[in-house]
Order: sequence, then C-alpha cells, then structure tokens
Amino acid sequence: MLAYIIRRMFQSVIVLLVVGLVAFSMFRFVGDPVDNMLGQERTQADIERLRTDLGLDQPFPVQYFKFLQGAVQGNFGVSYRQGRPVATIIAERAPATLELAFVSGLFAISLGIALGVFTAIRRQGVAANVIMTLSLIGVSLPTFLIGILLIYVFSVELDWLPSFGRGDTVMVGNWSTGFLTTSGIKALILPSITLGLYQMTLIMRLVRSEMLEVLRADYIRFARARGLSERTVNFRHALRNTLVPVITVTGLQLGAIIAFAIITETVFQWPGVGLLFINAVQFVDIPVMAAYLMLISVLFVTINLIVDLLYYAIDPRLRVDGRTA
Amino acid sequence: MTMKHLLLAVSATALVASAASAETLRWARAGDSLTLDPHAQNEGPTHALAHQIMEPLIIRDMTGSMVPALATEWSPSEEDPNVWVFKLREGVTFHDGAAFDSEDVVFSINRAMTEDSDMKELLSSVKEVRAPDQYTVEIVTDGPNPIMANNLTNLFIMDKDWTEANGAVEVQDYEGGEDTFAAKNANGTGPYKLVSREPDVKTVLALNENYWGMDEFPMEVTEIIYTPIQNAATRVAALLSGEVDFIQDVPVQDLQRVAQADGLDVRTAPQNRVIFFGMNMGAEDLDNDNVDGKNPLADVRVRQAMSMAINRDAIKQVVMRGQSQPAGMIAPPFVNGWNQEMDSASKTDIAAAKALMEEAGYADGFSIQLDCPNDRYVNDEAICQAAVGMLAQIGVTVNLDAKPKAQHFPLISNGETDFYMLGWGVPTYDSEYIFNFLVHTRGDKYGSWNGTGYSNPELDAKIQGLASETDLPKRNEMINEIWQVVQEEQLYIPIHHQVLNWGMKSGIDSIVDPEDSPKFKYIAFK
Repeated sequence: MLAYIIRRMFQSVIVLLVVGLVAFSMFRFVGDPVDNMLGQERTQADIERLRTDLGLDQPFPVQYFKFLQGAVQGNFGVSYRQGRPVATIIAERAPATLELAFVSGLFAISLGIALGVFTAIRRQGVAANVIMTLSLIGVSLPTFLIGILLIYVFSVELDWLPSFGRGDTVMVGNWSTGFLTTSGIKALILPSITLGLYQMTLIMRLVRSEMLEVLRADYIRFARARGLSERTVNFRHALRNTLVPVITVTGLQLGAIIAFAIITETVFQWPGVGLLFINAVQFVDIPVMAAYLMLISVLFVTINLIVDLLYYAIDPRLRVDGRTA
Repeated sequence: MTMKHLLLAVSATALVASAASAETLRWARAGDSLTLDPHAQNEGPTHALAHQIMEPLIIRDMTGSMVPALATEWSPSEEDPNVWVFKLREGVTFHDGAAFDSEDVVFSINRAMTEDSDMKELLSSVKEVRAPDQYTVEIVTDGPNPIMANNLTNLFIMDKDWTEANGAVEVQDYEGGEDTFAAKNANGTGPYKLVSREPDVKTVLALNENYWGMDEFPMEVTEIIYTPIQNAATRVAALLSGEVDFIQDVPVQDLQRVAQADGLDVRTAPQNRVIFFGMNMGAEDLDNDNVDGKNPLADVRVRQAMSMAINRDAIKQVVMRGQSQPAGMIAPPFVNGWNQEMDSASKTDIAAAKALMEEAGYADGFSIQLDCPNDRYVNDEAICQAAVGMLAQIGVTVNLDAKPKAQHFPLISNGETDFYMLGWGVPTYDSEYIFNFLVHTRGDKYGSWNGTGYSNPELDAKIQGLASETDLPKRNEMINEIWQVVQEEQLYIPIHHQVLNWGMKSGIDSIVDPEDSPKFKYIAFK
C-alpha cells in the first residue's frame, strides 16, 4: 500500500513538471504582455526595458526554471495585470471557486444519484421517462447558454435571484464565505445549477445504467427470494455495487467542476480563480496563468490519487489483487 | 382619503425624502481598474475610478473641455516661454485631513516621471518641477511646450506625506513581489472617498463631505458601488433586472432591448476614438502578398483605390447597427486640427477605384493579409470581414487573420504586419499627439505606432516643430498642412469614429463623456 502511494506520488511530480513545461512553451503564443502593461505612449526603449526586467527576453526553459525556483519557495511572482503577488490573489479568489464547486458538486451528486436510482427502479414510469428526456438537455446545452437562460428567467423576468456576483460575503479568518448571508446563498443558486447540471445528468445516467445492470444480476434475484425488503435490496445490495464506476467518474468530475468553472464564473461574474484565469489569458498575465495551471494539475493529480485509494476501500477484490501483484 | 391612499402618500413622501438624503449609484462596466496607484497604469478604467477619488490639476469635464480642478489658473510664464505657471486652489484637504499644497504637486509630478510610471511619456518634455510658494507650481520644459496643460488632465495628485509614510514612493515594482501600498489604498482630494475595495469584485466609494466643490457641482450621488461585469449579456441583464443603475459598454445588439425597457435609457455620444486601417507602404516587398519584387501599397493610387472601395455607410448600418460615425480622417472630432471637410468620408466609388487600380498596373488586383484584433474595438472582427468583401470588388483578395489584442498589437509594434486595423484615442485633444505616434518616421522617440513604414523627413521636421511653436494660429496652420499631406498620401484608410453607449436608469441626469470616463460629481437625478 505504502509503496503504491509513493509510486503514485512520484508519477504525480513528473506529470506536474511536464504540465508546467508545456504551459511555458505555449505562453509565447498567447501574446506579448508588455503592450498591455505599458500605455499607448510607450516608446521602444520602455518595451525593451520592461521585457528585460520581467525576464521575457530569455528562452522559455530559463523562464520555466525561474518559475519553478520561486514556486518551490512558495513565491509565484507578481501578477502583470494587478501588480500584486499571485499567491495573495489566488488565496483571495479560491474561497469563491471552492464554495461554488462544493455546492454544485453536492447538487450534482445528491440529485444525480437520487434521480439515477429512481429512473432505474421505475424505468417504465412516466416520470422516469420525462426525467431521462430532460436530462438530454442538460448534457447537450453548453454551459454559458444555460447560465444566460437561467439569468434571463430568474433574474430579468422573475426578479428572484441575482444575475451576477457573490452577494454579501463574511470573512471567517482568511476565508470569505457566502454561506452566512441571505444574499450570499441566493447568489450561489444559479451558478451552482449552471456548473453542476452537466455533472448531475452524467451521474444520473451512469447510476441508472449501472443500477439496471446490477438489478439483473443473480444475487439480486436471490436477495429478493430471501424475502428482503425492496428497500434493502435496492439500496444495500444494488446501489452499493454500482458505486465503483460512479466514484471514479464523480471524482474526476469534481476536478472538472473546479477547473472548468471558468465559463460559469465569466457568465455570472463570479469572483473566483476561473474568472481570474480568463482575465490573465486576455492580458497575458504569465505568472497568474502559470500558477493557475500548476494548481489545477496538482488538483487533478490529487483527486486521481484519492479515487484510486477509495477503490481499495470500497472494492475488496482490488485489495486481494494488489497483494498478489 | 382611504387607507390605501394614505399609505401611498406616506411611501411617496418617504421616497422623496430618501432621494434627497442619500443616493447610491450602482455602476458597472466590463473591466475593473487595475490599480489605485494613479501613476502605475495609463488606461481608461483605471483613470475612470481614480477620477472619483483623486484629482489632477486640470480636469476635462463631461463635455471634454478643460476646467480647473486643483489648479485654478494656468498659463505659460510671461518671462520664460519654457515655463508653465499653475496657481493652486487654496484650502483643499486630502481625505485624511492633510492640507494640499505645492509640495504635493511637485512630489506627484516627479513620481509620475520615474522609470516605472506609466504616465512618464506625457511628461517627457518636463525638465523640472518647482514650487516658488505654497500655492504656485512651475513646470520647466526643455523648450516651449504650448500644450503642456493638456498632458496633465489624467495626472493625479497624491499627498506627499501619506505616500512617504506608507512606503509607496516607488510606483510599481514587479520584481519585489510585494504589494505597493498605493495600489490598494488611496488618499486623494476628490469628491469621493474610498470605503472598501476588492479588486475585480466590488469597490465602494462615499461622498467626501469636505470636498471643495460641494457647492459648485450637483454632488447628488452620495455613494458609488462599482462592480465590473465582464460578460456583456450579464451586464445588460443586471441593468434590466435593476441590480445596477448605470452600465458602460452596452453591446450594440442589446441597445434596443435596453432603450425599450421601462425606466431605462440609452445615451449615446461620439467617442474620442477613431478606427482605421494602416498599410505597410515603406517595405520594398511585402511578405504576405502575391506580388513579387514590389509593394503594391507603395503606390498612392492603390491606397486611394482601397479607401474608395470601403463602403463606410454600409459598415455603419450593417456591422455597427447605426452606432458609428463614418470618418475621413484619423482624428476624432474633438481634436484640435480636425475639420469637417477632411472628415467627410471619402466617397465609395468602385468604378473610379478600379480605374485607379488599372492605372497603377494592378488591373487584376493582388492578394494581401489583413491583421485584425477580435477583442479590442466594437465589432472589430466584423468590420474587417466587411472590408474583405468590399476590397474583393476591386480585385484585392484579402486573407483575414483576426487575433486577440495581446497578439495583434505586437505585430504593429514590431512591424510584422502589412495591413492592419488600429484604433486611436487622443487624450491631449490635439493633433500633435496623432502625428507623433502615427505619422512621424518610426524611431526611438517618435512614431512608435506608425506601422506604415512611411517616412518623410520634411514632414517629420514640421511635426517636431509643433512641440515648441507657441504662436497658436501659426501652429494650427502647421497642423493643417500636415493633415493635408496625410490625406493626400492616403497614409491610412479611416473607417469610423466609435460611438459610446451608456445604459442607465431614466432618473439619472448625465451626458456621455467622450473618453468613456464618467465623473460622478457632475451627475444629478431628475
């Protein structure tokens, strides 16, 4: 087990280094930050000076090495756009994204599993068929369109929920939370649905098809023959055995929720790291882009690791295989 | 009077009372100010926020004319033409209570001239700033500078003691990795005080009760809540749903929607920005064309033909939905040197354009690449697409390459484009600014945005002469002569003047600032 974890950690570090290298080699195609940083009146001399100051005149492996050097000491540099330390900016922005990801993850998992089980058990029912049809919409509509649609209905027409921002936030230590105010909670609803809808329908369809397969298995029939209640059969025996693939997908989707909150955050002006990243790309804010990409890859690598470890906990067969291998 | 009427009457009085006592204005635009440090960025949204909190010596009001702010009078010195004298307003205090005097002005201008300041190019002619007494400042230039005052309208004055005490004397330090205190805090003399600020999220300002102009301006907005909303559809939705009161950058496709909504207005005015195409006429041969050994753009007849092929009215109607003003010269109408005759757009005449092409030896046309930004100007890429079709009519096959601004503008700076779109605003409201950057031969000090390769030593000498010509009628005559050459040579193909659209609650009484920089002290409620 320990050897396995160490091996996985080692792989993770290599993945991170490669991600960083690819990111840095691509930054020069994003554009030149110097033109954005200096005003319209800049002279050629200004451009040269700033480029040298920022080390942009050096080849990208050198820039990458300098970035790594700083990063291991916890220094991600200064944002070209805001002129403030990147670490500070990301720390300020992270709570917004994490809270949004948490709520939409919760929404996706709870509703996804519940509806998945429901549509599997009542698969001939009218309600189940309606839900299945509607879920197609969730899978096929692009996020930004869902967001704008929700804004149009619930903010502009019905005037129930805010169209942008986080509402009022409260500082708990260094963490700005929107959970403690009414406007903060109201502001969470539309973005969470927008962000979680795709994941929700995905989990629902996955749970349903896995469940249908399991319900046909012999041991379910035997369980029924033993006279166990429908409830015990469905939830203790059937649902539990559908969870392994569901956990894999859910785990990876959780990473996706955080990483791809970019679009939702842009539509709802949600002040999280995704919006920060979009602004950074437009401005060619290399320190912010680099730090963000590294953080996201750390996130994916960690989630993958956790998912692998969860397999061990849930599926005893893997434990046996692991020992013999 | 029934109960219902009574209630209505009471609530109506309450509304009136609250309107008189406190008016919050919720303001949104696409981008946030980048920093509160007034000398760190020379950029629109950054200056727009700074204008509420801090003040320059001279300010442009919402019509664009120069009016006194921290200086009450200014003029070139009578004894020495190289010196400008500014009389300062007395009895002004900063938000923390410190008194404002000439020491702060000398400090601020010197700070804005340091290497890391983004404002230093506007002060490049300044040799020395001195304070003969507490309320007089003299700016010494390296030669007579007739438009010195024009360069100061976005140059904000900071409190010397406050800045020094907080270690913010240095403008911006990308190397150190530290927050500059002045980037997150502000202590100005302006009409509003900074209450709180979260960059890219929300900035709250409150009325400065001790403002020197309390009796001079409406000052009816008592609180400003400023939230950037990047996505245009969301920004419009926020206005429609009443979550904000005032938005800048209304997208042209949503103008009607906002104008038709109850209680909302769209106000429109020409912006201080002209959109045009530049052509690389200086190169021996072009990289991205199909003509070998020569440069078709070097022939003035080709340039004229291309300009004639552009149907500016069609661009206005189809691409801009009426929201533009066709242009014939690359100066916005507010600028000294602009004239109606030159700006009456060159007429579209395909037959004449074809004749010119034939005369120049390009009867069969040629192909060329057009570089265009896609996130900088209003409908920039769509304008370029329209131009592609129009130029095809005279046989010029255009390959359009549209890119984000961060990739587009370096092409112009580095001289890597043959045919490009550019927009230009003139903060000094004087043609000299346009000539220095767009017409003068490219060099260390001049012509940094001149991607045309055009070089005319005689014209260069005249442009440089403008800087020190103090006889204004004579100077205007020189400006006119330079414009005539620019027009004859068809140095650029002007397209249009951009139009600004502000969306707001009907109750807000405001005109549209040509620099897209609202100044809330001028805003009243109806």
